[in-house]
Amino acid sequence: MISAADPVLQIRGLTKAFRGHLSLGRRMVLRGVDLSVRRGEVYGFLGINGAGKTTTLRIVAGLIFADAGDVSLLGRPGSDPEVRRRVGFLPESPTFHGHLTGAEFLEFQARLAGVPAAGRRAEVERLLAEVGMRGREGILIKRCSKGMLQRLGLAQAMLGAPELLILDEPMSGLDPAGRRDVRDIILRLRDRGVTILLSSHILSDAEALCDRVGILHEGRLTIEGSLDDLLGGAEPAWEVAVAGDPGAETGERRGDRTLIRVAGQEALEALLGRLLAARVRLVSVTPRRPSLEDRFMAALREEGR
Amino acid sequence: MIGPLLAVAQMTFREAVRDRVLYLLFAFALLLMALSRVLALLTVGSESRIVADTGLAAIAIFGVLTGVFLGVSLLGREIERRTAHTVLARPISRWGFVTGKYLGLLLTLVVNAAAMSAAFVGLLMWRGDPVRPVLPALWLTLVELAVVTALALFYSAVSTSALVALLFTLATYVAGHLVWSLPLLVERLTGSGARLVVWAVYYALPHLDRFNVRAEAVHGDAVPIALIAWQTAYGVGWSILLVLGAGRAFARRDLT
Repeated sequence: MISAADPVLQIRGLTKAFRGHLSLGRRMVLRGVDLSVRRGEVYGFLGINGAGKTTTLRIVAGLIFADAGDVSLLGRPGSDPEVRRRVGFLPESPTFHGHLTGAEFLEFQARLAGVPAAGRRAEVERLLAEVGMRGREGILIKRCSKGMLQRLGLAQAMLGAPELLILDEPMSGLDPAGRRDVRDIILRLRDRGVTILLSSHILSDAEALCDRVGILHEGRLTIEGSLDDLLGGAEPAWEVAVAGDPGAETGERRGDRTLIRVAGQEALEALLGRLLAARVRLVSVTPRRPSLEDRFMAALREEGR
Repeated sequence: MIGPLLAVAQMTFREAVRDRVLYLLFAFALLLMALSRVLALLTVGSESRIVADTGLAAIAIFGVLTGVFLGVSLLGREIERRTAHTVLARPISRWGFVTGKYLGLLLTLVVNAAAMSAAFVGLLMWRGDPVRPVLPALWLTLVELAVVTALALFYSAVSTSALVALLFTLATYVAGHLVWSLPLLVERLTGSGARLVVWAVYYALPHLDRFNVRAEAVHGDAVPIALIAWQTAYGVGWSILLVLGAGRAFARRDLT
């Protein structure tokens, strides 16, 4: 039994290399990833394509075997199949058995998840309603759109009331309305106390959903922390809007205005001094909070040096 | 443990039943049985034998074709389409998954063979030919199907290519029917090394010819119950061994 303070997911020293074509050469994907996800939080696992996010999540889900390192799920070894009863997994760009209807697929998954037969149908109907698939459950999966597949994937991950949800790119393939729906579902799950580990390319979604994020780059977790820590510690920035020509200053022209971005208190004061001296008409000075994307790009630049 | 395994078996059966290829093969088998009547008309004096022989051969050939073609892609298709990802992230072991897939396909083949057998027996009864002599042959064909399907599953687990699995399964199927001739080859060999190799092959391959009692059935000869029981046990033993081997090979396979 684990206490509330213990991490729901603990990864230590995860290493994985894939063999090349015809078993020639080895491509190192993970180089000692350490990660821990606390109970009840939404943890964002970020990184560019090929960083190793999906490999890490598939190792946690038991689909890929690590060369070295440990995975502990809910206080038990990740290799224990029984612990998977308490974990839901949504793979990236999910594909399911095309010959089944959405409802048949969810009932099949419910059996695998160990949902008792008596409550299986009700559970499936509840989840179909939750992901917005009610009324479309009779459509064969091979005829479903990508958005419908993503919703079904989310529903199957939620079967059996898991304590930990692992979502690999849950917003992938969704239109803006679908993304908003999935975001709302994730927030509702968090409110119910479900721990969520999600990977995403869409940093604004991660910023809106996650309590903590980790950035994976070239098989290593390079940055990890709460959003407040990651974004609050950055240098303050402003966006100064001026009417007409800003003189010697460079900025982005938008209609009859020019937007000048500046970072740091001293730089802002100096800019304002120059603009006032040049009698340029100021329209607004807006504090600009650095986004996760800014932090992410800065981390990549630091890594590249 | 058994619940998820049966769920996989049921899903595999449902998938095969909804596959049109299965019905196509079934239709071909029925057509061949119907054609046996035409073939019989062309042959003088052995009409019943031609009908029985053609019918039994059709059931065996189309059963094996179905088992091999569905069997070699049984695991590869799940991996390639990534449909196995949501299944294997559940509390089911790799062994359970492989066994469930095998049992689902076996059930499909049993239903398929039972339907073809029913049509065949109906044809014999309509002609007034004896049915009893063909029953052991029908049963042992089913046992052979179980072994051949397990072979296809085994090769699909150890190989990442369905084509390679298909070639190996067909090669083993042919060799398994010719393995009876290897002791004759040993008698002609002089080198002890070569003899050892041939004996190793003899014992390493399943003796599929043992399941062929069609000649006895066609000629109306009785097949002893003890022989049927022994060959059944032999086939079940090989099937278990091959499914265990497939499970072992699949247990450490990365699903990328």
